[in-house]
Amino acid sequence: MTWWIHRGLRRALVPRGLNSSSPLLRPPAASSPYFSSLQSRSQENAAPESGIGGSTSSKTASFRSSLNPTEVAKFAAIAETWWDSQGPFKPLHLMNPTRVSFIRSTLCRHFRKDPFSVRPFEGLKIIDVGCGGGILSEPLARMGATVTGIDAVEKNIKIADIHAALDPLTSSIEYHCTTAEEVVKENKKFDAVISLEVIEHVADPADFCKSLAALTVPKGATIISTINRSMRSYATAIIAAEYLLNWLPKGTHQWSRFLTPEELVLILERAGVSVQEMAGFVYNPLTGDWTLSDDTSVNFIAFGTKRNE
Amino acid sequence: MFSSGPWLPDYIVDRLGGVLLPPSAVYSWLFLKIAANKLLVHVTPGHNIGLHTATSTPTSASRCTTSSIEVSPTKMWNLSRISFNNVQKSTRHSYAIPLTIFSLQNDSCFMRGFYTLNSQESGGLILPELLRNKSLLSPDCATAAKVMGHDSRVHFKVCEKNYSVTANSEPFDVAIIGGGMVGLALASALSSTPFTKHLNVAIVDPNPALGGSSYYIKNEIPGSRVSTVTPATISFLRDIGAWEHVKHQRHAFFDQMQVWDYTGLGYTRYCSRDVGKEYLGCVVENKVLCNSLLLSLQEKDFKKTIIPAKLTSMTVSSRSSSSGVSSGQSNTLDKSRTNNSEETAEPMHLQSLVRLELSDGQHIYSKLVVGADGAKSRVREMAGIKTTGWDYSQSGLICTVEHTGENHCAWQRFLPSGPIALLPIGDNFSNIVWTMSSNEANRHKLMSEDDFVKAVNYALDCGYGPHPQSNFLDNYIGRLPWGSGTTSIKESFQAPPKVIDVVSERMAFPLSLMHALEYSSSQFVLIGDAAHAVHPLAGQGVNLGFGDASTLTKVISEGISMGTDFADLALLKRYEKERKAANIPWMAILDGFQKAYSIDFGPINLLRAAALHGAQYIAPLKRNIVSYAMGEWNWPRFT
Repeated sequence: MTWWIHRGLRRALVPRGLNSSSPLLRPPAASSPYFSSLQSRSQENAAPESGIGGSTSSKTASFRSSLNPTEVAKFAAIAETWWDSQGPFKPLHLMNPTRVSFIRSTLCRHFRKDPFSVRPFEGLKIIDVGCGGGILSEPLARMGATVTGIDAVEKNIKIADIHAALDPLTSSIEYHCTTAEEVVKENKKFDAVISLEVIEHVADPADFCKSLAALTVPKGATIISTINRSMRSYATAIIAAEYLLNWLPKGTHQWSRFLTPEELVLILERAGVSVQEMAGFVYNPLTGDWTLSDDTSVNFIAFGTKRNE
Repeated sequence: MFSSGPWLPDYIVDRLGGVLLPPSAVYSWLFLKIAANKLLVHVTPGHNIGLHTATSTPTSASRCTTSSIEVSPTKMWNLSRISFNNVQKSTRHSYAIPLTIFSLQNDSCFMRGFYTLNSQESGGLILPELLRNKSLLSPDCATAAKVMGHDSRVHFKVCEKNYSVTANSEPFDVAIIGGGMVGLALASALSSTPFTKHLNVAIVDPNPALGGSSYYIKNEIPGSRVSTVTPATISFLRDIGAWEHVKHQRHAFFDQMQVWDYTGLGYTRYCSRDVGKEYLGCVVENKVLCNSLLLSLQEKDFKKTIIPAKLTSMTVSSRSSSSGVSSGQSNTLDKSRTNNSEETAEPMHLQSLVRLELSDGQHIYSKLVVGADGAKSRVREMAGIKTTGWDYSQSGLICTVEHTGENHCAWQRFLPSGPIALLPIGDNFSNIVWTMSSNEANRHKLMSEDDFVKAVNYALDCGYGPHPQSNFLDNYIGRLPWGSGTTSIKESFQAPPKVIDVVSERMAFPLSLMHALEYSSSQFVLIGDAAHAVHPLAGQGVNLGFGDASTLTKVISEGISMGTDFADLALLKRYEKERKAANIPWMAILDGFQKAYSIDFGPINLLRAAALHGAQYIAPLKRNIVSYAMGEWNWPRFT
């Protein structure tokens, strides 16, 4: 157990992309076409550019935006297909009920709401950071929460707005094309801050976590989900999902950007959020559904509470 | 006692049971079939009438607009009688007094309908329980049947008034098209599950019997249409609160079953004690099941609306391609709603709903449309879902017969033309389901009752072949140490009870196999016979339908608990996957049985006989067969 923590510490303390000490943690084939793109991105990280879109152009060079332009561009290209459950976002649609069940049970427990009621989140203000087309925001709104969804890609917000207007239960969701840092500057606070499958696309995860924590009220909830950085996740999320099964377009994820659970816990601790629960998602290829489990080696989700200041 | 013309709706005859109403110039009679025991009669101001019932003394209601009277149902037909007489002498010879009838039940007040008390007509009014909605405010009308007495005949006339078209009615969450057993079971199940009981459900069925209900009396002759419910279905009905009501009406548990064929080469006897249970199943009349389900619905605080109309068309707005795609749907649905610029702009939130046009001119909106309207489903047709299947060139003849002594066993004998089954229904009655070719079925339907009784006895007992015997090999296999005792191995073949009389009408239905290729497409889902129709030889048809209703409720409830849109295609496909896995093996088995038993050829006969012997004497096989047929074992099992 301590060996894992020690390894994670090293990862977290050293700036991303420049860690070359442990051969175990590098992708195995140094000659793979992937490696060169890793190298090039590490150089990008050293000098982060400000993101595309008007919302970030006002930033000064000293303020590091959490956006990465190439990542943003990747999502802008397939924005129309968000709500096609057989399209490029099919794995997200398949996984969504499982993520929502974890969020529902942890938030109900934390805020002392009745888990058997149809709308348990009545009166809660939730922000979905990196909401995309609103795949998570809509179930949360149906469960009674007041949801705000933010995303960096303008197209996504447009699609999300249109889709949410179709159902009177979800038409109350507010969507904005902005970033977490901007919302922090507006001094808005939320009971629960949820950011699923975003942190692996972000330039600086530590800063991103600080922004998320700043958005949370004291004793509020922060939920982050991402993919683990392990051998198994390389085989599953990169090779199998992107190359063999074609679930995701090639290049969606970079293995080096994945965070291990220990690292995530650490950066959240530094930001003032203490992680209470963590769970993994496991895919059963025979039945085709996802289940929650203790196995965090590929996809995992963490629930933390903001410390009282 | 009374004659009914060809245009007489059946439900009125059923409810009346033969009532003769005397003409009267002074009194008008109002017969009401109600479940409540208190009636409020509101008279339009300006008229004074007196009210009295059969049991109470006349009370004059001068100068008051509302009189309330206590009515108690009379014995046989649950009818109550109120008579009106004009207390104040009127100079006019004729009067027309409009009345509104309310009934009180628990603490709710229901508007039952309108009645115009008219001095020109004599006789009384029979008001079937048609309820548009529970509001005291909406001036909807009911269909009333007027009875006029002449001599000893009673003529019926049905008068319909125009309904007011309700535009912009509140959209429904689920619209169940078809209020038969499976449709009502779905509504009842939705009302009992915590996550779905807040849903707004509409049941669209033109059958006016859905307007209200009370228990069917046990003295009546059992109807011909019965169903066998398996223990799995019984526990489902218990969960939704309908089994309570079935218990108060006629039903018959049976714990034994005997299957043999005409060649006399083999038989098999099943007993519920083989698997440690008390009964194999229960035989209940269809109308009793519908009734019980309706009562369980009415008891609950559930937003349901029963719409007595037929569905004429459906339109779905075509969403942008970013939503789930379902091919083959565009051919039959009208997609012009969003494209038609001449139409007034529909509110955004109604665009994603299905618009249903009904036969009475009104339209309703619904998020999810459930087709529970039987084998010739209109919903399935309109949704463009294709089916596969074939007609068996057979018809099923059903009727109720009486026999000496009680019957607690289900008997089935396979004859060259098809199986004949005798199912106990209570007291000394049993139900016959006899499958044979369509011409034969017609002949049997039309032949005299004595001939029919003889034919039935011949088919059940002595005709076509001898009684099966067990030989030494069977006894040897039966005595092998199979494990937990199968009591029925020791029982020898028994002859079925002798039928003495046919007591109900004989009905014949053509049989076919039908399976919808998909059970769901975006915003539509099929349950019950609309999705699959099977041969009645194992009595499984309605049980598969109840399984569909139970699974759909479970899937919708899980969807709502996770905040998903319950009309989402992915969710409905989960229901489809689960039900296909359960229904298709059954359909294959039943079809296999039907084909296996329709061949009369020596070696095939011996094969079948060997299979029967195996099923009788090999205990583990027998246990598995009994468990599967009782619905307590799902196969194939993947989870």
